[in-house]
Amino acid sequence: MTLTPVITEHWDDPELFTLAGYRRHGGYTALASALKQDPDAIIGTVKDSGLRGRGGAGFPTGLKWSFVPQNDGKPHYLVVNADESEPGACKDIPIMIANPHALIEGVIITSFAIRANHAFIYIRGEVPEAIRRVANAVREAREAGLIGTDIMGTGFDLDIVVHSGAGAYICGEETALLNSLEGLRGQPRLKPPFPAVAGLYASPTVINNVETICNIPYIVGRGVDWFRQFGTEKSPGFKVFAVSGHVNRPGIYEAPLGITMRELLDYAGGMIDDRPVKFWLPGGSSVPMLTAEHLDTPMTYEAMAEAGTMLGTGTPMIFNDTVSVVKAVTRWLEFYKHESCGKCTPCREGTYWITGTLERFQEGHGSDREMETLTDLCGQIMGRSFCALGDAAATPYPAAMKYFRDEFAAATSTPVDDSFDPAASYVFSGAAAR
Amino acid sequence: MTVTSNSGPGSDLEMATDLITVVIDGVEMQVPKGTLVIRAAEQLGIEVPRFCDHPLLDPVAACRACLIEVEGMPKPQPACAQVLNDGMNVKTQYASEVARLAQEGVMEFLLLNHPLDCPVCDKGGECPLQNQAMSAGRPETRFDGEKREFDKPINVSAQILLDRERCVSCARCTRFAEQIAGDPMIELLERGAQQQVGTADDEPFDSYFSGNTVQICPVGALTSASYRFRSRPFDLVSVPTTCEHCASGCSLRTDYRRGVVTRRLAWDDPEVNEEWNCDKGRFAFTYQRNGRVEHPMIRENGELRVASWPEAIDAAARGLAAARGQVGVLVGGRSTVEDAYAYARFARTALASDDIDFRVRETADEETAFLAARVAGSPVAASYDSLETAPAVLLVALEPEDESPIVFLRLRKAARSGTKVVSVGAVATTGLAKMSGTLVPARPGGEAAVLRALDDDTRALLSQPGSVIMVGERAAGAQGTLSAVAELADATGATLAWVPRRAGERSALDAGALAGLLPGGRPIEDPQAREQVAAAWGIPASDLPAVNGRSGDAILRAARDGELSALVVGGVELVDYADPTLAEEAIDNAGFVVSLENHHSAVTERADVVLPVAVVTEKAGTFLNWEGRPRPFGQVFRDALTMGDAKVLSMIAAAMEIPLPGDVRVLRAELGALGPWAGNRFQAPTTPSGAASEGTVLASWRLLLDSGLMQEDEPHLAATARPTVAMVSATTAAALGETVTVTGPAGSVTLPVQVADMSDDAVWVPMNSPGCHIHTDLGVTPGASVRLTAGGAA
Amino acid sequence: MAISESTREQLEQLVARYPQPRSALMPMLHLMQSLEDEVTADGIAVCAEFAGVSAAEATSVASFYTMYKRKPVGKHHIGVCINTMCGLLGGDAVYDAVSERLGVGHNEATADGEFFLERIECQAACTHAPVMTVDWEFMDDVTPTSAVDVVDRLARGEQVESTRGPVIRDFQATEHTLAFPEDGLAAEGTPVDDKMLAGLRIAKERGMAAPASGQEG
Repeated sequence: MTLTPVITEHWDDPELFTLAGYRRHGGYTALASALKQDPDAIIGTVKDSGLRGRGGAGFPTGLKWSFVPQNDGKPHYLVVNADESEPGACKDIPIMIANPHALIEGVIITSFAIRANHAFIYIRGEVPEAIRRVANAVREAREAGLIGTDIMGTGFDLDIVVHSGAGAYICGEETALLNSLEGLRGQPRLKPPFPAVAGLYASPTVINNVETICNIPYIVGRGVDWFRQFGTEKSPGFKVFAVSGHVNRPGIYEAPLGITMRELLDYAGGMIDDRPVKFWLPGGSSVPMLTAEHLDTPMTYEAMAEAGTMLGTGTPMIFNDTVSVVKAVTRWLEFYKHESCGKCTPCREGTYWITGTLERFQEGHGSDREMETLTDLCGQIMGRSFCALGDAAATPYPAAMKYFRDEFAAATSTPVDDSFDPAASYVFSGAAAR
Repeated sequence: MTVTSNSGPGSDLEMATDLITVVIDGVEMQVPKGTLVIRAAEQLGIEVPRFCDHPLLDPVAACRACLIEVEGMPKPQPACAQVLNDGMNVKTQYASEVARLAQEGVMEFLLLNHPLDCPVCDKGGECPLQNQAMSAGRPETRFDGEKREFDKPINVSAQILLDRERCVSCARCTRFAEQIAGDPMIELLERGAQQQVGTADDEPFDSYFSGNTVQICPVGALTSASYRFRSRPFDLVSVPTTCEHCASGCSLRTDYRRGVVTRRLAWDDPEVNEEWNCDKGRFAFTYQRNGRVEHPMIRENGELRVASWPEAIDAAARGLAAARGQVGVLVGGRSTVEDAYAYARFARTALASDDIDFRVRETADEETAFLAARVAGSPVAASYDSLETAPAVLLVALEPEDESPIVFLRLRKAARSGTKVVSVGAVATTGLAKMSGTLVPARPGGEAAVLRALDDDTRALLSQPGSVIMVGERAAGAQGTLSAVAELADATGATLAWVPRRAGERSALDAGALAGLLPGGRPIEDPQAREQVAAAWGIPASDLPAVNGRSGDAILRAARDGELSALVVGGVELVDYADPTLAEEAIDNAGFVVSLENHHSAVTERADVVLPVAVVTEKAGTFLNWEGRPRPFGQVFRDALTMGDAKVLSMIAAAMEIPLPGDVRVLRAELGALGPWAGNRFQAPTTPSGAASEGTVLASWRLLLDSGLMQEDEPHLAATARPTVAMVSATTAAALGETVTVTGPAGSVTLPVQVADMSDDAVWVPMNSPGCHIHTDLGVTPGASVRLTAGGAA
Repeated sequence: MAISESTREQLEQLVARYPQPRSALMPMLHLMQSLEDEVTADGIAVCAEFAGVSAAEATSVASFYTMYKRKPVGKHHIGVCINTMCGLLGGDAVYDAVSERLGVGHNEATADGEFFLERIECQAACTHAPVMTVDWEFMDDVTPTSAVDVVDRLARGEQVESTRGPVIRDFQATEHTLAFPEDGLAAEGTPVDDKMLAGLRIAKERGMAAPASGQEG
C-alpha cells in the first residue's frame, strides 16, 4: 500500500505553520465552503465519511457530534484533546507543530457544525513548541477574521482558547480533561451525563482528538467519496502513523488505514541491524502487544480487534530481540502508577501493587505464585476501574504473558539485566555512550 | 413531579405513576424511577459493601466496593451510581459470582495499604472497613510488599486529626465539606497512590461542621482531639438525646463509659438534622462535669454554706412564702418544656405571681406581644422540610450559620436546589454566600423600615406558595421589626417562623414561662384560659393571677427598686442580659433570692439559697425546637442523684403546701392534656418602625463558637472558633488601617479589622467572644451608636 | 503576598480568557511559577483568590499536576524521558550520565540553582527517542555524550538551540509561555525535522500521493 500524505502533504514547506503558508497550499478553502452549508449537512457529511476518532477509542466522529442537543438554549463547546501523552503516541504534537492551521480550520468548521461559539484546545503543558505554534495560528486566524465575530460575514462567532496542561496523562480521558479545563483536579467524571449533553460547564460539549479535527477540512473540502477511497468500510480514511523503536527511519508516515505493519516497517527502513521484531504495539502502551507473526495484519480498527489488540492511536512501537519484555512492561506499569489519578481503588492500589511486584521480577526476585497473582490482579482491575486508565494498566502484563511467559518465569531467579544487556538495546553505541 | 434518586420506601404514593419494576437477586420489586441500585437493594435488606457512598452526598462511584452485575452490561457496575431502569435485572454478590469476585478484589485492594492497627484505632469495633473486610474480603492477604506510609497524625484543624495511611480516598469528608457545609477547606491533594486528604498551608479546616467528617469517615483516618484514644466503641453505652445548645433541635447519640460522657454523635433524623450536627453540639459537653454546684447552700451571716437538702428546701420555702405575691421568676432560656412548665405553674400557684420570663437577652414588649400572637402554642408551620421546598426564604435578624446551624445546612441544601435566600441585615456574610443568598441591607435598628419598604420583586418572591420568613430573636432589639415581619407574612402569605437561639426558649414560651401567657399560649387575662389551666392544676380559677405580670426587664427593675422582694432564678447568666449591671443590682437588691443552678455563677454567688440541679444528661425532658417540634430525650445517667428543676421546685412547693408534680412524665402528660390554646389569640403588634441610631451603628450577634459557658473546657473546639474581629466596609477599613478601637458607654475593645460587604456607617463585632463582650465591655446592644478610632486605644 | 500591578493585570487577563474564572487556575499557576520559580503557598493563595476558590481547592489542583513544582527549580529544568521507548533505547544511560554530571538525582536541584533534574514520562516524541527536554523544549535523539554536552554548554552560559524549537531561555520563561503562549517564538528554529518528514520524503521520492479530490478536478 502506498503512502498518502494529506495532513502531512506540505510539511516540507517551512512556512506551512503560517497563515500565508497554509493558504498557499489551499488552506481555509474548505472553511469558506463549509460556512455556506447548513451545519446539520456538515454533521451529515462527517457521519457519512465514517471518520472514527483518532485519539484511540475509534468512536465515530459524526455520531458523537449528532448527540449534541440542538436548540437547547445552552452554549455549546468544542474541546480539542491535544493532551497526547500515551506512551508511543507522537503524532498530534508533530501535527500541531507542522500544520497548526489545519487544526484551526478543523476547529472552526466543527464549531460551526455543532453550533459552538467557544472552542478550547487543551495541549499538554510539556510541549511549549506545539503550544506556541497553535497559539500563533490562532492569533493569525483571529487577525485574518477567521475567528472572532461574524466570521466571513456569516454571522457565526467563534473564540478559540489555547489551554496549557500541567502534567497529567489522565487528562487525555475526556471527562478528566473537562475537569482540568474547569480548574479542577484532572479526575474523570461519572457518566452519565455524557459530555455531549453536560460537558464543559455542564453544557453540551464535543471533545475530539487533534488528528480527528484535522481530517475535517479535507472531508468537508473534498467530499465523502474522496475520503472513502482510503481505508476500509469500517475504517475509512488515512492515518498519521508514527513509527518508533528499533527501526532505521523512525518517523511520521501517513498512509491509508489498512496498511500493514510490515509495509510501514519497510517504509521506515526496516529493523536496525536487521535484528528480528520481538514485539510491537499498534497504538500506544494501552493496547495489547503483538509479535512478528502479526506484521501482515491490516492496521484497521476491525483487523486489530480480531488480532486481540486495538489500533489505538495508530503509532506503532517496535522492539527488537534485545529488549526484555519484563522490563518494558515494568516501565509501563511504573508509568500507569505515576499517572493514576487516585480516584478509584482498583487503579490506585492495583498499579501500586503490580508495579512493586514487577520491580521485584526485574531484580530477579519474582515467584511463580506471584506470576499468577499478577494475572489475578490485572483481572481485578480490568473492567472494574472508574475509567480506561485502569483498563490500560491491566493490559501490558497479560498481553506479555501470552507470548513471553518464559521471560517472567526466568525473572523469578535471574535479574533481567543479566538476561538482557541494556546497552544492546541502545540506539547509539561506542563513543556516544561514553 | 420530582423524584429524587434516593427516594426511600416512605416515598409518596403519588409517585405511583413513576414506579418501575426491577429485579434484584431474583426478587421483583417496584421502585420510583431514578432509584439507585444500592438504595433499592437496601429496601430488600441486601447490603452491598460501600465506602464512598453516602445517601446525602452526590454519588462518585470512586471506591468500587459496591460493584454488582447488571444483566446486559458487559462490566460490573457500581450500585451507588447505577440508576435503575424499568425491567433491569440486577445481581448482587449474593446472586452473582462476577459481583462477588469484583467486590472481593476491590476489598483486597483497599486493604493493601491500610495499616493493621485496628487494636489501637479509634474506629476499631465500629469500622465499616473492618466489618466489610470480614463480610466481603478474602480470608488472608496476598500482598507482601511495603505499605504506604505517612507522618501521623496531622492536624487538619485543632480538633480534627488525620491519619493518612488509614484513608481509603472515599472522599466522603471532602465532599461533605464542599457539598453540605460549603467549607471546602479540606481537599484531596496529590494523586495516585499518594493521594491524600489535606488543607492549604496555614488554612485549617475550621468549619462549624467539621466533626461530621469524623463520623462519616468509613475508616479511622479522621479522629477528633476530643475523643481520640479515649475509649473503645464496644465499651460505650449509647443513649439517644437531643442537643441542648440551640433551637435547631438536633437528634444526638450520647456515648458514655463509667459515668462519663466520652463523645456525642449526630443521630439520624431525616426530618430535622438529617445525619449532621454542628461542632458545638458534638464537642461542647465537658461543661456538664466541670464547675458544678454539688451541694445545696444557704446564706448564713452573709456567707454561703453547704446545707442539707431538707434545710435548704425549708429555707427556700420559708423565704418565698414570706414574699408570696412579690416574687419574680427568671427562667433561663435553656430549660426543658417540663422544667419550664414547672416554673410556670410554681410561679402562678406557689408564688401567686405572673412576673415570669425566660428571655435572658435583649427583649421588648413588642416581642412579648408578637410571641403571644404568632408563636406561643402554635403547631409546626414552617419546618425543615418546608425550607427545602420553599421558593424563597427571607431571613430577618438571623444569621443561621451562627445562630441555628442546622437551619443553615438545610437552607444551603435548599439553595443548591433552587430556593432563593434573602437576608435583611447589616452584613453580606460568608454564611449568606454559602446559601447563595442576597442581602437587603439594613442598618441595625432600622430593619422595620426596610421591611416595610421591601421591593416588589422580593415581595413577589415571598408571595409564591411555600415561601417562608424566618425571624431571629435579635429582632426584639430593633423596634417595629417583629410587627413589620408579621405584616409582611400577612401580606404575602409566607409562613412565619421565629427562630430563637437557645434550646429552651420555645419550650418555655409554650410551657407558659412568660408573663401574660399560661401554658399552650393561653392569655392569662382570658377567663376561659384561666379556667382551663386552673382545672388542670386542681385549683380554683380565682387563685390564678388575672392580670399580665411583669416580663424580663420589668422584673429586674422592680427587684432593683424594691417592688419585688424575692426572685427565683434558674439557669441565668447575668452577663447575657442586655444590661448586666441592672441584672446584678436586681439580684443584689432583691430581698431573697433562690437560685436553681448546675454551675457556680454570678447568681449563685449572690443568692440566699442555692439548689443544685441536673444538666441534660441527668434528667429526661423535651425541647421544642424552632419549628415547635417536640424533641424528647431520656436520661443518660439513670443513677444520677442530681434532680431536675421541676423536681426541686416540687419539693419547695410541697414545703409550701402547694401541690406541684415533680415527675417529668406527669408534667409532660399534664401539659399534653392541656394542649394548645384554641381560643382568641392576640393581635400582632403594630409598633412603628424604629429609627437607626446616628453615626456609626453597631451590628452584632453571637458566633456559634464563643465565650458561651457551655463551651468551657473544650480547648480544641475553642481553637476552631472564628477569630474575634471587627467587620467594616472596605471604605471604612481604608480609613482605619489594620486595627480598630470600638468605644461604647462602658468602654472600648480593640480588634483586628476585617473587610466585609456592609455599609460605611456600621461596624460588626461578635456579641460574646474572647476579647469582645458587648454588654459588659462596651455597655451596648446591637443598633447602638459606637465610636470607631484607628488603631489601639489611646 | 503582594503582587505587582503587572502581575495583577496578567492574572486578570487569564481570568478574562475563560467563561468561568476557575478555568484560569492552571494558567495562573503557570504564571506564578514563571514569577517564583516554583509554586509557593502564597502563589497558590493568589491564584485561589482570582479563581474564586478556597486555598485548599487551589492546593488540591496544584498538587495534582506534576509540572507544578513545590520547591525551587532553578535556572534550567532538565527532563530525561525514562518511559519504555526512550528509556530502553538509551534514555536510562542518558539519565545516569546527566545525573552524574549534575550530581543530583530525580526531582533534585543542583546546589548552585542552575539545574533541576527529573525523570520524565512519555514526551510524545517516541520517534525521536531517546528524548531529553531543557525547560520543556525538545532535545531529541540524545546520547549520554550529547546530553552532557548540552548541560555543559548551558552551564557555561552558551547558546543552546532546541532540536525542534527556539534557543533555550530558562525554566521561568517557558512557564510564562505556558500561561501566555503567544511568545513570538513560533518561527524560531527548525521544528519540522527529518523524522517528521520521513514519510513525506519517501512518498515524494517514490511518487506516491493521495488521490486527488473530485472538486480539485
